[in-house]
Amino acid sequence: MSKEKFDYFIKGEKGKYEVVIGLEVHAQVLSKSKLFSGSSTKFGADPNNQVSLIDSAFPGMLPVINEECVKQAVRTGLGLNAKINNYSVFDRKNYFYADLPQGYQISQYKNPIVGEGKVLLDMPYGSKEIGIERLHLEQDAGKSIHDIDPSNTYVDLNRSGIALMEIVSKPDLRSPDEVNAYIKKLRSIMRYLGTCDGNMQEGSLRADVNVSVRKEGDTNFGTRCEIKNVNSIKFMQMAIEYEAGRQVELIENGKKIDQETRLFDTKKNETRSMRSKEDAHDYRYFPDPDLLPLKLEQKLIDDLKKSLPELPDKKKERFVKEYGLNAYEANVLVSEKEISDYYEEVAKLSDKKLAATWMMGDLFAMLNDRGLDISKSPISAKHFAELVQAIKSGEISGRIAKEVFEIMVESGDNPKKIIESKGMKQQSDPKELEKMINEILSKNKDKVDQYKAGKEKLFGFFVGQVMKLSGGKANPQLTNEILKKLLKG
Amino acid sequence: MADITNQSLNDIIKNVKTKKVSSTELTKAYVKNIESAKKLNAFVTTTFDQALDNAKQFDNKPNFDQLLPGIPLAVKDLFCTENTKTTAGSNILNNFIPSYESTVTKNLWDHGSFLLGKLNCDEFAMGSSNETSYYGNVINPVGDQLVPGGSSGGSSSALAADLTPATIGTDTGGSIRQPASFTGTVGLKPTYGLCSRWGIVAFASSLDQAGPMTKTIKDCAIMLEAMSGFDEKDSTSINKKKEQYSKNLKDNIKGLKIGIPKEYRVDNMPKEVDELWEKGKKILKDLGAQLIDISLPHTKYALPTYYIVAPAEASSNLARYDGVRYGYRSKQGKDLIEMYEKTRSEGFGDEVKRRILIGTYVLSSGYYDAYYLKAQKVRQLIKKDFDESFKKIDAILTPSTPSSAFKIGEKTNDPVSMYLNDIFTVPVNLAGLPALSMPAGVDKQGHPLGLQLIGKALDEQKILNIGYAFEKNCGFKNEIKKWWS
Repeated sequence: MSKEKFDYFIKGEKGKYEVVIGLEVHAQVLSKSKLFSGSSTKFGADPNNQVSLIDSAFPGMLPVINEECVKQAVRTGLGLNAKINNYSVFDRKNYFYADLPQGYQISQYKNPIVGEGKVLLDMPYGSKEIGIERLHLEQDAGKSIHDIDPSNTYVDLNRSGIALMEIVSKPDLRSPDEVNAYIKKLRSIMRYLGTCDGNMQEGSLRADVNVSVRKEGDTNFGTRCEIKNVNSIKFMQMAIEYEAGRQVELIENGKKIDQETRLFDTKKNETRSMRSKEDAHDYRYFPDPDLLPLKLEQKLIDDLKKSLPELPDKKKERFVKEYGLNAYEANVLVSEKEISDYYEEVAKLSDKKLAATWMMGDLFAMLNDRGLDISKSPISAKHFAELVQAIKSGEISGRIAKEVFEIMVESGDNPKKIIESKGMKQQSDPKELEKMINEILSKNKDKVDQYKAGKEKLFGFFVGQVMKLSGGKANPQLTNEILKKLLKG
Repeated sequence: MADITNQSLNDIIKNVKTKKVSSTELTKAYVKNIESAKKLNAFVTTTFDQALDNAKQFDNKPNFDQLLPGIPLAVKDLFCTENTKTTAGSNILNNFIPSYESTVTKNLWDHGSFLLGKLNCDEFAMGSSNETSYYGNVINPVGDQLVPGGSSGGSSSALAADLTPATIGTDTGGSIRQPASFTGTVGLKPTYGLCSRWGIVAFASSLDQAGPMTKTIKDCAIMLEAMSGFDEKDSTSINKKKEQYSKNLKDNIKGLKIGIPKEYRVDNMPKEVDELWEKGKKILKDLGAQLIDISLPHTKYALPTYYIVAPAEASSNLARYDGVRYGYRSKQGKDLIEMYEKTRSEGFGDEVKRRILIGTYVLSSGYYDAYYLKAQKVRQLIKKDFDESFKKIDAILTPSTPSSAFKIGEKTNDPVSMYLNDIFTVPVNLAGLPALSMPAGVDKQGHPLGLQLIGKALDEQKILNIGYAFEKNCGFKNEIKKWWS
């Protein structure tokens, strides 16, 4: 595979600029209950129906750490090849807001649960490593709703206290494409681990995006701006492009970039200043005295490590080795755990290479058209494998297979039944084929003569006639062989 | 029959068990006492009807095997009580009725007692004289011009005036022991983590600890036994087997080593306090204890350390009182920020505001290292001082307070002199240790003075035993004339 060259630069009048991006991803921990209370975390409940006295910060209420959330953070850290800290501390981040009942968020500041790690991206120009700075656990805030009433704000505390993992990358990303690949990779790893469902529509995955620019070749970082709380990859990419362009323009016009927090307006496709560094909150972090430092025994970490599932990078290697796939195929098929599971089930029962081709072709196209996840596929892996085997064994042709596939989608029937009931089985009996071909040749003597005289293009005409006569069921390979033989004679 | 309330909790329990007095008679007697003691302003809320119902229920189906059979108890208004208003002495909670019961009070009720009323206290337990309460200052039964100490001033006053047979308070820097000392009663601050903090309005989470306030050491042991215990709802609660403090109470202290810290002899301490300390040493020595001079070199840093750590935590703990979900909300304010400002300005009193300001300041970026972080380091040194000393001694004897109860209004304009009142009690909270204040004598005005026994972590039984032996030999009798009724 020929490798493209990395080429994402902002072109200004005075040269090319490199874009430097770092992400703070907020991933909602998959857990039944909140980080410090027993309230449910289920999405979509009526407002303020999943709120305990702790989540709403009643007097005298105390947080108690949810062990499952801690384990989920450790699993995620292990999945990011990161250092797990045996000692970490919960701190209070103090600020006032209507949807922050305690008046502080419990987070981890100086001593996070997970330290440095790394994530590998497969880019068209090769593989690229993105450094992870840290991962820490923190509480989500509630939700302020400003548009129900003209003069009042409504507050929904269902989200208040839900566990988030904040995953902070190093400033290693250089383009919107890399951001796309990075988020997808993080999402994939967490979904493999079952630590975050990665559902961006429901807000399970959001990011603060740090953007700065510098002249190509510069080694010092420029002044960065942080774009807060962007909740889709597309918006992240748009925000980065806008923001990088804005910064280049400022630099080219001899102006200074202010370090500030900005908001991305998805309607106007622009970033807007939210607060400058001078106005930045002083969060007055200090260790939460209601919680003891979190001490993890090495055995717990080791046990969790042993119980980790196979992750995408490893699985990709295995797919190449075990199933003879190329890197591209392997990459696509491991991107989601459900896809890889489906593929492996199919590959177990059919031709491995052909299975990959048909999955990435017709199956994905169909799912995509219907907006379905593979877990909701109307064709089961077992049926799909039967279809692949039917093609492989020559029972049906590729063309017929497409028809069978369509019927499978509609009916949910197994391909055998469809092939049999519709008589779609490929004609592979040489005697039958010979009979058919002779019939065609005798009907088209003039064309046979022309062919023999050198008009070899007519070969296709004969094949077409055979297919027509057989109702498309003639084995193409055999048809070719026999046709050639008979035309010679 | 003699006054059924002017007795120790232990005797009252005996009277109930032997059916000399019913729970209803007892409760009615306290209701009468409370109604005739309004001048003391010890109560914020009374729950007489509910108490009489509970008493009746008990009398109909008595269970005498409980620790506190049919005993009415008033508690500090910092403990959240289900369906009963809980104010923490603040305007900002003047309409707050919890839907839940604090673990400590629930433990008391589970042992057969019930709520008689909620006792006044300094606002959010910030004060040493009960003068910061939104519900007015409390008067010490010892004298109509005297403060009852603080912050558990309603508790000490009610106890000394026979308005409750025993009570509980909270102690963040001395809020149980100092009022006990000022009223000639017993007060114990347990080891940090022995009593659950769940459901107690928080002041400074790493220092707050609930504890008993009683007339005698035996009573103290009974109450501690009833209220303490592991609580999984409090992450700082200690998971250990429950102790039977009252059953195991012994007055033999022969051979115990009592440390006498030289740093507790402070400048300007009244002679009487020093004499009292000497008297205490002599009593313990005569009982066979061995006195050992010790040094706690970082004692002088305890007060400044405390006044950084406690306000820092308080500034954050009190952020939840914002008018959004419960409690007082100002009717003014155009937007969210203004609503916060008005609500908190009108809802909090001066002392609370002062501590929120101090706490916010010491946690601010640029000041954190110089104040908060340094204070945390000093706190460790203070704790280490105690740890070192306790390698060679069993307990420490000090005065409880540098003076007896002062006059109402005397220190209200001088916060620092008010803070100095906690000089002997604060180091114990910083180190998380148990300490007992026991009445030991009176000054020349006849005002009670207490001595403090500090123990190793979880060594409550030992300091109770020493206190028990001391009490029997000290000859102190709290003579309070009921001038208010």
